[in-house]
Amino acid sequence: MTAVELPGTVTEAAPPARSGGLFRTAWGFPQAKIGTGLTLVVVLIALLGPWLGPVLTGHTTTDFAGKPFKPDGVAGTDGLGRDVLTRFLAGGTTLLLYAVLATALGIVLGALLGMVAGYGGGRLDSLLMRGNDVLLSFPQLVIALLAIAVIGPEGWLLVLVIGLTHAPRTARVARQATVAVRGQDYIRAAEMYAVPRSRILLREILPNITGPLMVEIGLRLTYSIGYIASLSFLGLGIQPPSADWGLMINENRIALVVQPWGVLLPVLAIAALTVGTNLVADALASAAAGRKREARA
Amino acid sequence: MNAALEVTGLAVRTTAGVPVLDDVSFAVAPGEVLALVGESGSGKTTAGLAPLGHFRRGLAVSGGRITVCPRGEDSVDVLALDTAARRKLRGSTVAYIPQDPALSLNPALRIGLQIAEVLETHGFPGSVEDRVAEVLAEVGLPADPAYRRRYPHQLSGGQQQRVGIAMAFACRPAVVVLDEPTTGLDVVTQALVLKTVRALTAEHGVAALYITHDLAVVAEIADRVAVMYHGSIVECGPAASVLRSPSHAYTRRLLDAVPDPDAVVAPPPAAEPVLATKGVTVSYGQHVVLRGVDLSVARGECLLLLGESGSGKTTLSQCIAGLTSSYSGTISLAGTGLAASTRQRSDEQRRRIQYVFQSPFSSLNPRKTVAQSIEVPLTRLTSMSRAERRERVAEVLDRVRLGRAPADRLPEQLSGGERQRAAIARALVTTPDVLVCDEVTSALDVSVQATIVELLGELRRELGMAMLFVTHNIALAGEVADRIAVLQGGAIVEEGSVRSVLDAPSHAYTRELLAATPRL
Repeated sequence: MTAVELPGTVTEAAPPARSGGLFRTAWGFPQAKIGTGLTLVVVLIALLGPWLGPVLTGHTTTDFAGKPFKPDGVAGTDGLGRDVLTRFLAGGTTLLLYAVLATALGIVLGALLGMVAGYGGGRLDSLLMRGNDVLLSFPQLVIALLAIAVIGPEGWLLVLVIGLTHAPRTARVARQATVAVRGQDYIRAAEMYAVPRSRILLREILPNITGPLMVEIGLRLTYSIGYIASLSFLGLGIQPPSADWGLMINENRIALVVQPWGVLLPVLAIAALTVGTNLVADALASAAAGRKREARA
Repeated sequence: MNAALEVTGLAVRTTAGVPVLDDVSFAVAPGEVLALVGESGSGKTTAGLAPLGHFRRGLAVSGGRITVCPRGEDSVDVLALDTAARRKLRGSTVAYIPQDPALSLNPALRIGLQIAEVLETHGFPGSVEDRVAEVLAEVGLPADPAYRRRYPHQLSGGQQQRVGIAMAFACRPAVVVLDEPTTGLDVVTQALVLKTVRALTAEHGVAALYITHDLAVVAEIADRVAVMYHGSIVECGPAASVLRSPSHAYTRRLLDAVPDPDAVVAPPPAAEPVLATKGVTVSYGQHVVLRGVDLSVARGECLLLLGESGSGKTTLSQCIAGLTSSYSGTISLAGTGLAASTRQRSDEQRRRIQYVFQSPFSSLNPRKTVAQSIEVPLTRLTSMSRAERRERVAEVLDRVRLGRAPADRLPEQLSGGERQRAAIARALVTTPDVLVCDEVTSALDVSVQATIVELLGELRRELGMAMLFVTHNIALAGEVADRIAVLQGGAIVEEGSVRSVLDAPSHAYTRELLAATPRL
């Protein structure tokens, strides 16, 4: 038995502060580092490419650099004799921009719907979520194809349709997270002080459901990239003669055997980007789940 | 007689090298109950789980010996065993009874099967079915086949805990470790469970290690007490002598912190009621929660609302705070009737009634700093400027003896007691006339509980506000209250001054509560 020095009053040990935030925890997973690396490389290509292309190759995306399907230059030429490398470097910007906009639209709308349904509860909840279920029963791509077939391949429509079809999916996640938070006493405390409902949603609930929402952002971004690339490939997205990865795959696939670069480069870029964002989403999900476990313990 | 469990010089560190246990030694003889007492973080759970050969992740043994002595065999060094051998030991020789029976029972399996599973796993010689019936009878539960076919959710909390005890005692272990097994139970059930444990250990010569922070429970059950503080045992001896004449300063402080049901504060001057409820009735469908509750609290008075879980006491306090609006009857503040929903009340009315929630772990937004949380009522209910609000928050933090340092911290960086002080600060920041405290101490350690109760008493005298103190712990009555109202099944069954209710309880239910409350 050892003598123990006593402080003036009986004190409780303050709990050790949880180490860092969600991102800090997520960064500890290897997939976060790999995912961020892949994403960064592709994003850099997409952002700097339009400017870098002409500097490196001396060609624009539309001028004729040589004979069709010849391995001239670094990555050769496509069916119209345009420089593949230049077009590849310039082809990611629009895709990335549209994907980010569509994701933002889907997340904002979905989170709002989900939080309102989850916090409001009762009939409002049933009404919103059953409506949601109806929308969920249509495959995303089918709705997008329909809208574009009717209205035409406009950039804003692409963003709108993909964003809107993301919303019900995000809404389910946001609602689930909100329901878990709704019963907490700090929400009741805010209600007791008659804090306006909109403020309760934004200040009390939103900061406490960022974990699942971050995962959703990563996941929806992955899907957006995939859908926009698919629609471009089908000729319903970004229109020629613009340089675009999805479109390039379609334009060059007939010459896959003689001039593979025209297909390979955009395929690799899209693959790296989707795998990268998905890995980051995965790491965020693991981190959020870990924190939840910790909170229960 | 040889000790059934002997721990010598046990030292445990975290993998980072921080000592958790330092030279802990104790022994328990067959048939004896040793209580391991201490605050959260004192290492009592780590020391208590050690005989099972279990250490939480991130902990490593750095020295010492743990031996257990199975019935009729030679003693075994637990730390020398490998994982498989330790697993065999658990349940058969050393059994564990966890804190929350609801979490430890598999909700999808019938209870008879769960008990039988323990026996089969450890290769019980003889008829498993007979033993299940026998052990259920031993813990005072019906042993008929219909009862054994029940699922855990069909049992009450006390019955679930007794099933947990039955599982632990099923294989006739030599040692049982009980980890605060009565924390979630009301006093009447707690008394029953304690009696069961006491009888089983004595009858079957089982050595019991009882981990708890509740000294009153210790007085009821333990033969000997070991008091833990900062990873060491600071005092160890027979329960009677440790509790009557503690030799260590820390033990004395723990004992002082235990609420004394016999303490009584001076009766207050009678005054006009500031808060009154008349015929408040709440029902959800067929289920009636409150049946016409009449209560009144005078200015500067503290009324203790006593009731078990399910008595409707939280519903009543939430009606008063405007958090439950589906009631009939009237609630009036200083003679003026209040709207049912807080949103329909005026800012002034909202300001005058404040509410402190049960658990400080969920009543503060984890993403807001303490100052931001405390500021909310000021922003909503007053027209103070930013600087004035800041000033007022600092003032109220001083008032609850928290100091200004925690203002910009997040709740997770504070201890439970500090969080509850912050929650009280939020309620006091608008200088209310009525403070409703809903079980504010039940989530806290005893010594912290004592400081919060003391703080509330001082604040009440300083600010002259009325207080409705809702609790299930009758022992707190003498410490805080002027009057007591006892709520049972949604109706007030007894009301009167603290002295009269404690000395001469008129209702059978109050008498039962008083009898079941553990005392030192």
